[in-house]
Parts: sequence; structure tokens; C-alpha cells
Amino acid sequence: MTDLFPSAPAAPTTTAPTRPAPDSVANAAATPDREQPYGALGLKADEYASIREILGRRPTSGELAMYSVMWSEHCSYKSSKNYLRQFGTKTTEAMRKNLMVGMGENAGVVDVGEGWAVTFKIESHNHPSYIEPFQGAATGVGGIVRDIISMGARPVAVMDALRFGAIDSDDTARVVHGVVSGISFYGNCLGLPNIGGETYFDAVYQANPLVNALAVGVLRHEDLHLANARGVGNKVVLFGARTGGDGIGGASILASDSFSAGGPTKRPAVQVGDPFAEKVLIECCLELFREKLVEGIQDLGAAGISCATSELASNGDGGMYIELDKVLLRDPTLTAEEILMSESQERMMAIVTPEKLDGFLRVVEKWDVETSVLGEVTDTGRLVINWQGEEIVNVEPRTVAVNGPVYDRPVAYPTWIDALNADTAATLPRDGDLRGQFLALLGSPNLASKDWITNQYDRYVMGNTALSFPDDGGMVRVDEESGLGFAVATDANGRYCQLDPYQGARLALAEAFRNVAVTGATPVAVSDCLNFGSPENPEVMWQFSRAVEGLADGCLELEIPVTGGNVSFYNQTGDVPIHPTPVVAVLGVIDDVARRIPSGWQDEGDNIYLLGTTALELDGSAWAGVIHDHLGGLPPAVELDAERALAALIAAGGTESLVASAHDLADGGLAQALAEAVLRFGVGARIWLTEIMERDGVDATTALFSESTGRVIVSVPREDDVKFRGLCAGRGYPVLRIGVTDNSGELEVQDHFTVQLDELRGTHRATLPQHFGPVVGQ
Amino acid sequence: MRIGVITFPGSLDDRDAQRAVRLAGAEPVALWHGEHDLQGVEAIVLPGGFSYGDYLRAGAIASLSPIMAEVIAAAEAGMPVLGICNGFQMLAEAHLLPGGLVRNDHGSFICRDQALRVENASTAWTSGFADQQQITIPLKNGEGGYIASDETIARLEGEGLVAFRYLDVNPNGSMNDIAGITNARGNVVGLMPHPEHAVQEGFGPDTPAAMRSGIDGLTIFTSAVASLAAAAA
Repeated sequence: MTDLFPSAPAAPTTTAPTRPAPDSVANAAATPDREQPYGALGLKADEYASIREILGRRPTSGELAMYSVMWSEHCSYKSSKNYLRQFGTKTTEAMRKNLMVGMGENAGVVDVGEGWAVTFKIESHNHPSYIEPFQGAATGVGGIVRDIISMGARPVAVMDALRFGAIDSDDTARVVHGVVSGISFYGNCLGLPNIGGETYFDAVYQANPLVNALAVGVLRHEDLHLANARGVGNKVVLFGARTGGDGIGGASILASDSFSAGGPTKRPAVQVGDPFAEKVLIECCLELFREKLVEGIQDLGAAGISCATSELASNGDGGMYIELDKVLLRDPTLTAEEILMSESQERMMAIVTPEKLDGFLRVVEKWDVETSVLGEVTDTGRLVINWQGEEIVNVEPRTVAVNGPVYDRPVAYPTWIDALNADTAATLPRDGDLRGQFLALLGSPNLASKDWITNQYDRYVMGNTALSFPDDGGMVRVDEESGLGFAVATDANGRYCQLDPYQGARLALAEAFRNVAVTGATPVAVSDCLNFGSPENPEVMWQFSRAVEGLADGCLELEIPVTGGNVSFYNQTGDVPIHPTPVVAVLGVIDDVARRIPSGWQDEGDNIYLLGTTALELDGSAWAGVIHDHLGGLPPAVELDAERALAALIAAGGTESLVASAHDLADGGLAQALAEAVLRFGVGARIWLTEIMERDGVDATTALFSESTGRVIVSVPREDDVKFRGLCAGRGYPVLRIGVTDNSGELEVQDHFTVQLDELRGTHRATLPQHFGPVVGQ
Repeated sequence: MRIGVITFPGSLDDRDAQRAVRLAGAEPVALWHGEHDLQGVEAIVLPGGFSYGDYLRAGAIASLSPIMAEVIAAAEAGMPVLGICNGFQMLAEAHLLPGGLVRNDHGSFICRDQALRVENASTAWTSGFADQQQITIPLKNGEGGYIASDETIARLEGEGLVAFRYLDVNPNGSMNDIAGITNARGNVVGLMPHPEHAVQEGFGPDTPAAMRSGIDGLTIFTSAVASLAAAAA
């Protein structure tokens, strides 16, 4: 039986004699000179001084705990805020038209029509996933899913953008096994289909893998919820898992340094996830929303109760009173500071009117979700927290959650970049064995089949998955009657971004946009996860500033808004930062998922067309990396107007059912796209390069491996040929017929090479199992 | 015709099973694990998922849920009961079907389009198939390895109680490639693969004809509808 109104767990002051007396506000005022371990909590001297100035006294240890986590880079965006503003200023009214909720809330919300809305967001969980890959990745999924629930939505899909170290490094297998099984464990157990994502291996991520988790939710317009605490007298309710000592970064430092005579407690800094608790929490929240029992809601993620209380109060009437003793604890010896900072998973905080509290409690009891009423909304403008009868926090909430420090970090143009840009791949020899190079690329870790990973994810649950890996984007049906659905894809090429972060960010955007477009959906919104090195390194700040500018400019050109996301700094091994990795997620909408376009050939006798033109653009390419171990030059040009025209062309082709398949050209160029189109359903093809070479003035190596943008291969049934050519001509988009599908069981590139389907498949599938173990049935 | 789908805490494929029932022409009735009321349904589906987080053993806690007393009584009285994946695990834990399910021999969760052979086409849930028909439906589990004593395996094989067998690939180390079994009466069937994910074109497994067009799973639900209709006639 759930205990709905517990008092403080059994008089803690008497049963836990080692627990220190609280540092009250009165005590802080009376002992202004007490030394506080702000440095160990990650605060700089000037930040500590400004906290003292805000409060007019020294902070209590509880207040120090709150400020230290909320003013951390992760929570405050203090190094990135000045740049992220561009996402707002470079958004026009037209771009906001379908935007129901923009940046700043837990996740952006887009109107997709028919009374439906879709919310999505991508977020990093990089550092925990290196220390403890399984739990780090699992709780990364859990955290982003709670963001989606907080908006009032049912989560309906997840995907992940992963970056690991070199595939043959010993530690990579540890991280890969942990991360993949963590995502598999948590996502599968939540009943959310994993519909796509991307995985890259590169030595630059050796001691700093990236785990970026994306979740998508759907809701009816009227179910939208926001994170604010309004209505004086409304109750503040904490529900879900109990609060434990996991995920406490600096709180144990604080507690041990300041108070504990019994020595420091070692608590894990990585959170531990329980997907069953989260699944129950999802269903419980959805029932609370359905019954309209919640006024405002916020999930507990980074900075736990500190974050939830200060953000809810800041976004609402401004005042809140909390009795911290009411928090249900997994470990009764936790100090107040630890409770404030704990990042225990699977917890939510809701604002509930007094009249609806009984109804609220009935629902949580039905789902066996433990709940406690912590306090209420006030009109004092202060966030006041009591503990053991004493006031331990009394702050203006916006000083914690909103008006934290903002830095204009020094920016420096990298000393090495001109030399890197001058070292073009265009001078590399292009007379090698094309067949050998083709197979070397196909089997290279970044282009090889990811079945070993994706076969561990449930892609079927919910019964609405219309596309998933290995297709270019994932697609999910939203409305069973009309077939309305969304598509989503993530992309980022760190090699391009290393060469030019401005262009690299635009390329990531262009590729995600194109990957959504080839499914037949219309791109409508962006979420991003910006992974960079240390912001205290001026060259990294330059990379960051350029990437943000590139992404914001690109979104403006494409007229799709950034709706939210996250910044992850300090990704580096020793002093060496990762390649800038701005992962861009693009969301698209499709009227009827029955009109989705597959990525591979299904029928023999279809004509294969290449849309777009090919230039000598091998700088930063997979070909340069795999064949020549080369990274230098300038990334491919990207013309976003052309990408828009291409997307519109494919959408029209899809609507008129002229296009039997469409597949994006990206890493590995035309060669890789052809291989994947064959492998998707095992239908072969005969291809000729002569017309590409003649029209574009390129050699065969360039035709096969260049990574020029704005290109897609489509297959068109013979009977639709005339209409399709007419469509392209009418829109003025460059198009060439480059081959036909057939039943030969092979991919033939005329005058150059032929590869049997079995060899293609074997090469594509062998690489990951060689390093990580077999795939069932292969 | 009303077919109940029971939701346990941690059930995941309950709404999918309801959709399958609807597409098969019956009315899905949502049942709650904590109650004792079967609401007059004529057949029951125990859906897939991770009831109670698979704590203790998969299906072990759910098999003791309040509503299971009614399910067991109804099954013993002849009502068609289907257990899918976690539901199969519950049926084994509740001793409505013999044997048990253990962690996949390779140790990982596996999701794949799985070829099966229908070994017994005369149960309440398989009568719409041809004997020995080959079908493809999605499989997705972490604890799908079927085990039983030698005597039980011999009895299942001898009496034709193996309902489905894995074809081409044994994805989890199940004894005798067993994917699903039936009780002797043919009203209770459990299987690890998920027929409710192969009921609607566009959302099922790939087939040679078209992407995601496989609907072999629908026959399991239409079989039950047909057997109920036959029993009523």
C-alpha cells in the first residue's frame, strides 16, 4: 500500500545521529565568515561572490548546493547562451507559424495538423556513458523521455546518435557493449520503438564517446502542459521513484567538507535507471493529463529538486514553499544538500490545485507510484525550503534558474586550421582499383551495417513504425484513421566540422533535412545537440561560435525553426578536443504514412535516376579517410535553396507515386548509396557512370566517391518514366538516368566492376561482428 | 464478439494486441490486472512487455496478479487464452503451459523478422493456418529460450503440442526450436514471437512483395474469432 502522506522518515534527527544539523538561513547570517567549499562544487570565486551579493549574506550550504548545480555549464548554458540567442533572432514569424512551444521549455512542440502536435528533443549523456556505459546510456534515454512526458505528450519513438573511439581499440568494445545494451535495456523496457540514429567510430572520441538520445512524443493540442508553478495555494507534488544518493556530483563534497565528522561518503556520480518505474510513470502521467489533474509539470533530471523547484517557480507566480522532510528517501541518511542535488531517476514534480489533489492521489495510487506533497505555490516571490523545522533556503528563484552568470569566453581562430584547409584531398591519387576501394569503404566501420546494434532494439512496439533503420529516416504513424505521421533523422559529420565548423553545421542540417525529405515527409523543425570540447579553450569557442552561426543561418535559409536541444562542452581526451559534433535532428510531417518512400529497390526493371550534380569534393570524405587516411581541405559546398527544391521535388514525386524508392547520397557518395539500395531488399542493378562523368566533368573515382550535396538516387517504374522526367524538367532540377534495377543478383558498374550480392552483403555485415560478436541469423 | 487484453504494470504491447483484435473483427476489451472482473469477454490475450520490470523472473509476478485467478479458471473451463512473449512467460509461470523461458543463449535482446512453421493448425488460435504453413512474424525478446524436462519435451512432441517452430534460425536457444506451444485442449497457446506486429500492411515485417507488408500474425486473431463463432453456432 502506498503511503501517501508520509511524515519525515522517522524523525531523522534522532534516528540518524550522524546527520549534521542543518545550516539555516539564520545560521548563515550569523556566521558570515564561515569558509564554504564553492571551488570543489565547481563555482569560481567571482561566481561565489555574486551569490553573496544576491543574497546579501553568505549562502547556506543548501543554497550553495542549488546555485552550484544550477549555475553549472550543463544547467545554465553560461558559455553558450550568448550564441544560442541566434536561434531565436534568426527565426521569422513565418517559421513560428506551426510552433506551439519554442526553445526554453522541456522540449519544442510543433503543430502537425488535424489537432495533433509532435514534440521532440535530442540531449547528450556523454560523460556518464564513458564512466559507466550501461547506466549512462540507459538514463540518457530515460531523461529525454521524461522531457517529452513533461510536455503532456505520449512518447512514441526514440533514436540515438552515437560516437565511439576507434573500432579496434580495446576500450571501444567495453563502451559499445555497455552503451548499446543500456539503450536496448531501457528503451525496450519502456516500450518505445527505436527507429534510427547513427553510429560513427573515430579515435577523436576515444576517451569521450558521445551518446545523444532523441525522443519524440505526440499529443492532442489541448493536452499541452508547461513547466510552471502558478496559482497561490496550489500544491507542489513530487512523485515517482524515491530520492537516493545516486547522481550526486558535488553534494557529497559539500556535505563532507563542511559537516560530516564521520568522513566523506562515496556516492556514485552516475545515476541508476529503472525503466519499469519510468514506464509506469509514463502511463500514470498520461492518465493524470487525461483527467486534467495537473496544472504544471516538470521532470527531474540534472540538478534534481534544485532545478525543478527553481524552474517551476521562475516560470510561474514566482514563489514556492517546500518542506524538504516530505521527500521520500531511499536512503534516510541523506543530508538536505544531497536531497537537493540528487539526480535519482524516474521522478516528476507536478503543480496540483487543492480541489484536484484527491483525484491526483487516486491515479498515482492506481499505478502504485509513490507520492508526497512537498509544499505549495506562494506569492512571496521567494523559493523557501524548510528542513527539520528550520529555513535552509530562501532565494529569489530566478537568480538560481534564469539569471545565472553569462560568459563571453575568449574566441581564437585556430592556429592550425589554415594549414588543414590547404591540405586538400584533390591531390590524392585517384587511379586506384575502384572495386577494391568500393568494398573497402563498404566494410569500413562507419559505413558497415549497424545490424549488430539495431537488432538489439525493438522497432515494432506500438505498431506504428512505418520506416526505421536502415532507411534514411525513421517514420511513425500518429493518427490511425488518417495515416498522418512524422519522420525524423539525425546527422552530424565531425570530420567536415573539423575542417569548417560553419559549413559543417550547415552540412549536418542539410543531410538531416534530405534524409527526412527522401522518406516523402516535409521537414518542419530542428532540434540540436551541440557536442564540443572545452569552452575555456578559445579555439573550441571559435568552433562553437561558427557552428551555431552556421546552423542558425541554415535554419533561416530553410525556414525551419530550432525548437530546442542541448549543449555539451568539455568533450575531450586530455587537452585534445573532439571534432566539433553538432548533431542535428530534423522532424518532418507526412499526411499519410502509406505514401512513405523506401530507401531501397524492390522491383526489377525500374529506372535509376541521380538527382543533382557531382563535383570534385573529396575533402573530408569517407574515401579520403578510409583509402588515404587523410583529413584536410574544405568540406563540400552546400546550397540550401537546392536542398529545398530537391525536397519539394521528392515530395511531389511521392505524392504522385512516381518514385518507388529514394536514397540520400552522403558519406561514401554514390557508391555507398548504390550498395545500400541493393542491400535493402536484395534487388540488383546495372549502373553507368559515363553521363555523370561527361556532364559534370569528373573522373570515375569522383563520380563514385565524391560527397557533393543535394544528391539523391531514386528508382522510377518504367510506366511513370515520362511523368517523372517531366516533373524534374518542370522544376529545373538536374537529373540523369544512371541505371536500371534487375534480377541479376549483382551490382554492376559498367566498365568498372561487378560485385555479387553475397559479397556485398558479406562485406557490409562482417565488420561490427568481428569486433563485438555475432549477429543472430547472420 | 469481445476479446479481453489484460494490461499489467509494464505491459508494452497491450494496445497493439487491442488493435490486432479489432482488425480481426472482434471488439477489444481493456482489462486491468488488479481487478477480478473479466467483463464477460469470450477470449483473453496476455500481451507482451516487461510486466513488473521482469523482476524475479519474467512473468513471475504478473502470474500472481489478482485477475490471473479468473484467467486460470476461464482457461481451465476452455476459454481461448493467448500469451504473447511476456504473456507466454506468464502462462508458463501460472502452469497453464509446461516448461519455462530463460535468457537467450547469446545473452542479448534480439529483434528480427522470424520465420516460423505452424506445427499444430487445430488450436483455437491457429485453425486459420494450413498445417505446416510457413509464416514470418517479428520476434523481440531477451528471455525467449524455451526449456522443459526431457519428459515434457517428449510429451509435447508426441502429442503434437508444439504449435510453432523456429525456421532457418533458432534465435534464442529454444529446445527443439520451439517457438510456441498449446495445451492438450488447444484453447491455451503461448508463443514468443509477436503476431500483433504483423497484422496491418505497412507496419509488419518486410515480404518479397513489398516493404513491411507481412500480416501473417493476423491469422492468429482471426482463428480465435472463427473458433468462437463456430462454438457459438
